[in-house]
This record gives sequence, structure tokens and C-alpha cells, in this order.
Amino acid sequence: MIRSEILKDIAPIIRDHLVVCNIGLPSQELHLIDDQPTNFYMLGTMGLSSSIGFGLALAQDKPVISIDGDGSVLTNLGTLPTIANNATGNYTLLIIDNGSYGSTGDQPTYAGRKTSLAAVATACGCDNVVEVQDKDLGPVLRAAIDSDDMTIIVCKCDSGNIKLPVITLDPVVIKHRFMQAVAS
Amino acid sequence: MNIDKRICDDLVANDVSFVTTVPCKQLAGVIEEIDQRSEIFHIPSNKEDEGMGLCAGAFMGGKRSAIIMQNTAIGVTINTLATLTQFYRMPLPMIISYRGELREPVACQVEMAVHTKALLAQMHIPTYHFHWQKDVEEFDNILKYTFMCNKPVAILTDANFWGGYGDQ
Ligand SMILES: [Mg+2]
Repeated sequence: MIRSEILKDIAPIIRDHLVVCNIGLPSQELHLIDDQPTNFYMLGTMGLSSSIGFGLALAQDKPVISIDGDGSVLTNLGTLPTIANNATGNYTLLIIDNGSYGSTGDQPTYAGRKTSLAAVATACGCDNVVEVQDKDLGPVLRAAIDSDDMTIIVCKCDSGNIKLPVITLDPVVIKHRFMQAVAS
Repeated sequence: MNIDKRICDDLVANDVSFVTTVPCKQLAGVIEEIDQRSEIFHIPSNKEDEGMGLCAGAFMGGKRSAIIMQNTAIGVTINTLATLTQFYRMPLPMIISYRGELREPVACQVEMAVHTKALLAQMHIPTYHFHWQKDVEEFDNILKYTFMCNKPVAILTDANFWGGYGDQ
């Protein structure tokens, strides 16, 4: 499966939850598949999906899912020790690991070669790290959201993209409706 | 006057309850004070752009947030300031240790100090420079201004403000 197929698969699971979605194609795909006010789309700032979602999870009680990528996590590896050492049960980090920088033309990442992000997360002190194959993600994600323990999911999948438009929503509109959804 | 305590008092009075820090020798006292305040959740960051991401999330979660860091971080965070904090219009007080200014003992710090105000000006970030201890009296107003206008705001605090480096 490629990332857009995974997002289609998990859309019913995440649609009622707060989701912080990674820059580029992941946000464009989620916006096309199931736009919700509970989705925060990143329009820039590669690497910070995990940090934004984690700050949100620490600040309030609702479940938060950060959808991140292997390339983006590699950009902000320092996030994993921070998350591990300040764990909060309402947070789930979903790393969709297709072994490539999808939004920039599928150049290979080190996660697709020798580096295991699951092993990195574990070494950083994350207690519940699950590596899962794309087709098995749904139940694992549902369990992680329902669990009182913070979970890091590394979902291995194929690289590949679909053609789709950029998000034209104004960032202030994205923020405003997201904050209303958080507060509701 | 204890400026560490004064800064924390003003943060608390302005309802700032989420603070991330990247350490600096000059900031050790204020970071320790923040860590001890029950009204403030303190989360150390590994890098300043990560910290700004945490602050953005906390802000959207309903908590006023702030970051404490060195001015070298301006070189690290230009993209995050432009594409996250400014693009989405989020308030962010940045309490910045202004290394490389008067009474600085480390020459290399000057290399970023000479760019600091120019970079902040280029980013159109409102910037205040605390040089004397009494300058801290402006901090409360700066916090109110930041949350009024939903912008990142820089407070540069130099070695003279913190009382120098002892016998260095
Ligand atoms: Mg990827």
C-alpha cells in the first residue's frame, strides 16, 4: 500500500480525533480524502508534526494523533527523546514509513536503508513502539488511540504518490477552526 | 531585585503556563525558577525549532506558551518562525539570551550577535533589548503586547542585564 491508500483506510478511525498532519502530500491527501475541522494541516515547517501534536497533547486531555513521515522524523530526531521523557497517554505518533521523501520526488531516506525508526524510538526511551505493515495498521492504531499509554507506530509501506491539488485554505482559517474543534 | 523570579512572576501573571527551554549559562537561574513553579509546565527541548513546534501545539490546546533560548537559535529557527508561528499567526514570547554583547567572554558568540537584530528586523519581529536590570519592568507590557497581536516577539537579554559572568 502507498500512503494515500493507508490514509483512506484509517480515515474513519481518526476522523473524530485531533490530527496534526505532516507537510506536503500527506496533508493534501488527508484534506482530499476526509477534510475535518479536527485536522491541522501543516503547510510548511518540515519535521514539526510530532512536536506540534505533542505540545497539543500535553496542553489538553483529548486524544491527539500526529501523522508524520520517515523523512520528517529524520529531520527532527530530537523530538523522540522529548516525547519519551514527557510521555502523555493521549498522544499517538504515527510514522508512515515509506522509505522515501515522498513530497519531493521519492528520493530514498536512510529509514529505507539501514536505519530503523522503531529501534531509534525505543533507544530514545519510548515505551510502546509498534512496527506494523500497512495492511495491519487499522486495529493497531485504534488500540493506540484507546490506550492510556502513549504509542509510537512505525507503519512500513510502499513509496508512491497520487496526483492532487495543493491546499488553498488560509493558514489562519485552518488554525481557527482547529482551535474551535479543540475547545468544543 | 531577583530578575529570575520577576520574569517568572510576570509569566504566571500573564497566564503563560507552558514554557520550553534550551539552556544557556546566563539563563540557568530563570530556567531553574521556571522548573520549580507549579503554575508552569516546563519541557526542555533538544532544538529550538522543535520547541517552537511544542509551543504552537500547546497554544492551540489552549495554553499560553513561551520559549527561552539563546540568540544563536535565531539562526536555527527562521523557517519555523516564518512558516509556522507567523504564517498561522500565533503569539510566542521569546526570552533570548543575547550572547556576544558587552561583557561577553567568548569571541565566537559575537559572530551571531552581530546578525541577531538584523535578522529579527528582517523577519519583522518586534524586538526589545534588556541591558539594565530595571528594563525587566517592561516585561509585563511585552507579554500583554505579544498576546494582543498574535506575533512572535523577541526579548534580548544581554550579559549586563544578567549581571555579567562573574570574574570572567
Ligand atoms: Mg516518507
